[in-house]
Amino acid sequence: MTPILLIEQVLNGLQSGITLFLMAAGLTLIFGVMGLINLAHGSLYMVGAFAAAAVAGWTGSFVLALGAALAAAAAAGMIIEMVVIRRLYDRDHLDQVLATFALILIFSEGTRWVFGSFPLYLDVPAALSGPVTLPGGILYPSYRLLIIVIGLLIALGLFQLIARTRIGIQIRAGESDREMIAALGVDISRLYTIVFALGAALAGLAGALVGAIQSVQVGMGEPVLILAFVVIVIGGIGSIKGALVGALLVGLTDTLGGVLLPLLFGLFMDPSSATTIGSALASMSIYILMALVLLFRPTGLYGGA
Amino acid sequence: MKMKSLVAAACMALAGTAALADGHGGKLKVGMITTLSGGGAGLGIDVRDGFLLAAKGSDMLDIVIEDDQQKPDIAVQLADKMIQSEKVDVLTGIIWSNLAMAVVPSATAQGKFYLSPNAGPSALAGQGCSPLYFNVAWQNDAFYEAGGLWANDNDIEKVFLMAPNYPAGIDGMTGFKRTFEGEIVNEVYTKLGQTDYAAEIAQIRASDADTVYFFLPGGMGISFMKQWAGSGVDKNVMGPAFSFDQGILGAIGEAALGVKNTAHWAKDLDVPGNAEFVQAFQDEYGRLPSLYAAQGYDTALLLMSAMGKADVNDQDAFQAALKEADFQSVRGDFAFADNHHPIQDIYMREVVKEGDVVTNKIIGVAASDHSDVYGAECKM
Repeated sequence: MTPILLIEQVLNGLQSGITLFLMAAGLTLIFGVMGLINLAHGSLYMVGAFAAAAVAGWTGSFVLALGAALAAAAAAGMIIEMVVIRRLYDRDHLDQVLATFALILIFSEGTRWVFGSFPLYLDVPAALSGPVTLPGGILYPSYRLLIIVIGLLIALGLFQLIARTRIGIQIRAGESDREMIAALGVDISRLYTIVFALGAALAGLAGALVGAIQSVQVGMGEPVLILAFVVIVIGGIGSIKGALVGALLVGLTDTLGGVLLPLLFGLFMDPSSATTIGSALASMSIYILMALVLLFRPTGLYGGA
Repeated sequence: MKMKSLVAAACMALAGTAALADGHGGKLKVGMITTLSGGGAGLGIDVRDGFLLAAKGSDMLDIVIEDDQQKPDIAVQLADKMIQSEKVDVLTGIIWSNLAMAVVPSATAQGKFYLSPNAGPSALAGQGCSPLYFNVAWQNDAFYEAGGLWANDNDIEKVFLMAPNYPAGIDGMTGFKRTFEGEIVNEVYTKLGQTDYAAEIAQIRASDADTVYFFLPGGMGISFMKQWAGSGVDKNVMGPAFSFDQGILGAIGEAALGVKNTAHWAKDLDVPGNAEFVQAFQDEYGRLPSLYAAQGYDTALLLMSAMGKADVNDQDAFQAALKEADFQSVRGDFAFADNHHPIQDIYMREVVKEGDVVTNKIIGVAASDHSDVYGAECKM
């Protein structure tokens, strides 16, 4: 393992962490503010990717495609909040899980109905398709660098939004005492719709960004959703900062674990069993990380009491 | 016109009563269990559409189709329902090896024929073979063994292997290693369903391999190829056709150009009936057929060829009729080995662009009259 390869893998881990953050930020806001477990968050990720693929197919513009992903996911989020989710706030978590699981099925089959069963084509824009040479002679795909930059900008924007704006104050107030801010005259149902749409838009953006380098297909959101839940549990439910730190930890652990563990076992085992055991342990690494965090901080890294 | 349809209706009514009298009266009831929803639906839909295309215009088959959702438990329930309440004669349709392992042994034990249009797990080719089980597609290892043979003949010396960490992935790589004589630089087994391959691509870049050989079905392969194209790494890419079939190429686009992949069929294969099949499929469904569609098509042709020779209720005769494989496969020469698995040519295909469409083109034969290695363990 050369230092260059190691740095490249660290960048890969960062990039995968950043995309996870976009998913986890919305999920943690929705969980934190509304106390709602939204399993359909992965469907919103899929909606974003499909909207982007469709618009990129029609117009050929990647920027328009990203815009369409944000808009479509936010609209889908708003609609399901008003039609379905709103009825679930007072129910217990089991009802929420059941209803949002139904939404996953509806979104998946609905998407298949509209777009067909075959994966869609969505590619990175031509200007970003090749690698760039970073200082030190590291070749790195430029599109992945762009994802890191966009993700960091969005993280910054979210911190500002939460810390500095009126809506941010309402969100934080909603997290700590729902009844009190309703009593103070804040239109709580409008606030919930906005938060939900914001979370949905972030998921949609993540779907579109990732869809360009992965596969735009039905069911693409669910594997990411599981990781996003791991992230918010590690970071502490409701905390944007926790989501960022958790996402980066998970991204780095997952990527570096997958590369380094087989090498580590290779030091004292024969290559083929080192690969098998290393890969198996690497798939477990993020869950081991989660268990360790919960052992020492049961509410997550930045979770409240 | 009206007279004609009246006559037809009368005939159908007669046929109906005849069916009541002696089971199916020349008709054969087929139960198709395949994957029509979820991420793997594209494969099942192609098998189904190919099968229906071949059966179209013939009233020999009465077809019941159900969706297994890619879940073994549901496939088992559907098989029980089809055998017990629908009273089907023949089962077919399953795409995935794990589902086939859950359904096939019990279906054949209950005296039903099973024709596999896709999965070919080694257990069913070897010790678990059955006189009632026919594989019309391939034994799982076939495309990989052919890939290894082709690599030997084409100066490929150092190969980097990659597959998901699950039985079909490990079997596939074992198949490649069985025939490949060069050096395996590294083997990486990724998580099943992994969609980000940046870490693996970096390892490949750092290795001194001249070729990457991988099996990543469905969305995993799409993700890998798009990321591979973005990475700028310059090495040969090879694999079995599963990662480069028509349904997938549309989503990968030009990033797949130049990739070599092994298959028993391609749309430009010059054998009698293939061009007509490709044209008819496009006319009927408005898209190019995939190899899964070709397998579904051949499965229906095989079944109908056997029906012309024997009655399904006479199991020994029907089994012998199936074994003859007396039909014009869109893959050209096709025969069954003694374990009821195919003996067929496997071709090397290259991904090319024809007009606006990214598709496969045959560049040579990778293995002729290929059959699997498990037949020796099959006693029937």
